[in-house]
Amino acid sequence: MSEPPLPPIGMLAELTHRCPLQCPYCSNPLELLKANRELDTQSWLDLFSQAADLGVLQVHLSGGEPTLRRDLEQLIAGLSARGVYTNLITAGVGIADGRIEAFAEAGLDHLQLSFQGARPATTERIGNHRGSHEKKLETSRRARAAGLPLTINAPIHRHNIEEVPEFIDLALSLGAERLEIANVQYAGWALTNRDQLMPERAAVDRQAEIVEAARERLTGVMNIDFVTPDYFAIYPKPCMGGWARDAFMVTPDGTVLPCHAAQTIPSLSFERFGPRSLAAIWTDSPAFNAFRGTDWMQEPCRNCERREIDWGGCRCQAMAIAGDAAATDPACEKSPIHARMAMLIDEAQRAATVPSKDEPFVYRRIGVVTEPA
Amino acid sequence: MIALRERAIVSPQSVPSLPKHVRIQYDPVRQTFAVLSPEKVFWPNDISLDILRRCDGRSTVGHIIAGLAADYDAEQEAVAADVIAFLQEWSDKLLVKL
Repeated sequence: MSEPPLPPIGMLAELTHRCPLQCPYCSNPLELLKANRELDTQSWLDLFSQAADLGVLQVHLSGGEPTLRRDLEQLIAGLSARGVYTNLITAGVGIADGRIEAFAEAGLDHLQLSFQGARPATTERIGNHRGSHEKKLETSRRARAAGLPLTINAPIHRHNIEEVPEFIDLALSLGAERLEIANVQYAGWALTNRDQLMPERAAVDRQAEIVEAARERLTGVMNIDFVTPDYFAIYPKPCMGGWARDAFMVTPDGTVLPCHAAQTIPSLSFERFGPRSLAAIWTDSPAFNAFRGTDWMQEPCRNCERREIDWGGCRCQAMAIAGDAAATDPACEKSPIHARMAMLIDEAQRAATVPSKDEPFVYRRIGVVTEPA
Repeated sequence: MIALRERAIVSPQSVPSLPKHVRIQYDPVRQTFAVLSPEKVFWPNDISLDILRRCDGRSTVGHIIAGLAADYDAEQEAVAADVIAFLQEWSDKLLVKL
């Protein structure tokens, strides 16, 4: 890298891996950290302060389930005091009375609430948590009552892709400003469950038409962000807006990563906040510099006119499917192994037609789930 | 189908404001103003910033246009078209409330 990197804009803070839900597509790593590995309150506050100094303008508070952190109000207040825009990403299950109001009072700017299904039975089955749908509805009502702007997040896969029209109506009925129709990305637990989650081609096409029509119809009423499914794509996504380009994430123990799944790239080692400052990690860490910019690219990326549009796509997908983290994301039709994506879709369809067991998914699980007081 | 809200259309009588989830903030690191919204950060140019700052929940669009035309020494009609188009776009993205 000849030029120093630009300052980061966004940070995703995975405050905890603990979660009451067990969604089989969770983006957390397969090896989940227990509560005793989590950074303490002061460490998070120090990290947030350094992030603000470095240029971070938005922090997404996520997990696991971030509301399981009893110090969440304090963390929000710390960010708010520095003028950082805070977005709470929650499953909305098991949040104690009065806490959402306390988050709002602490300065929370926005709340993003996930729904695993638009129908209660789907939500309960995917998250493997009885009564979760009703709890989420209650969380959304409380958020609106507390004056918080709301995004509904709908992770889409084979088992709920037909519910997309209902997700749109649900988000409207809850008064959401935004809806994310986010097709599952096959990393983390979703990669383990890929065959069970992969939608059919016809359903993906129908979904695209439905979302397009709804966007048109709901202009100025509700924004719909559409995260399209990679395996069906022609071009890859500019994952994280480019590796270590304007965003990063932090795991519960303070490990700073360029993206969720970066730890699946065996050649890289990552540093923890504490032993090193955030600025040093952002600027100098070999892992952050490994795929920054375009110098690392091979053909066909190196001379591609889209190299600064999609930044080579997802490094972790290249690792998972091409076996080389510096390869072109196979989602790109210019990738020499692009055809493998279609084969994986077909394989998943065949696997899905085999009569399933009682529990079709490998549910996301951690040793013990702690409920909030 | 549920339709609880309708698309707002900008008129000279509209009184625009920034919704709660949108704020203008000076960024000391980049030494410029940023507009913060859920998931997105915008870097408005000087004129966009000037329009957004006048979306104070008290001034009408007509008043904003007149003020900008005076400040930039420009034809009110030309300013009007640009301001209305800008506000409609931002309203459609739910970044400005009418």
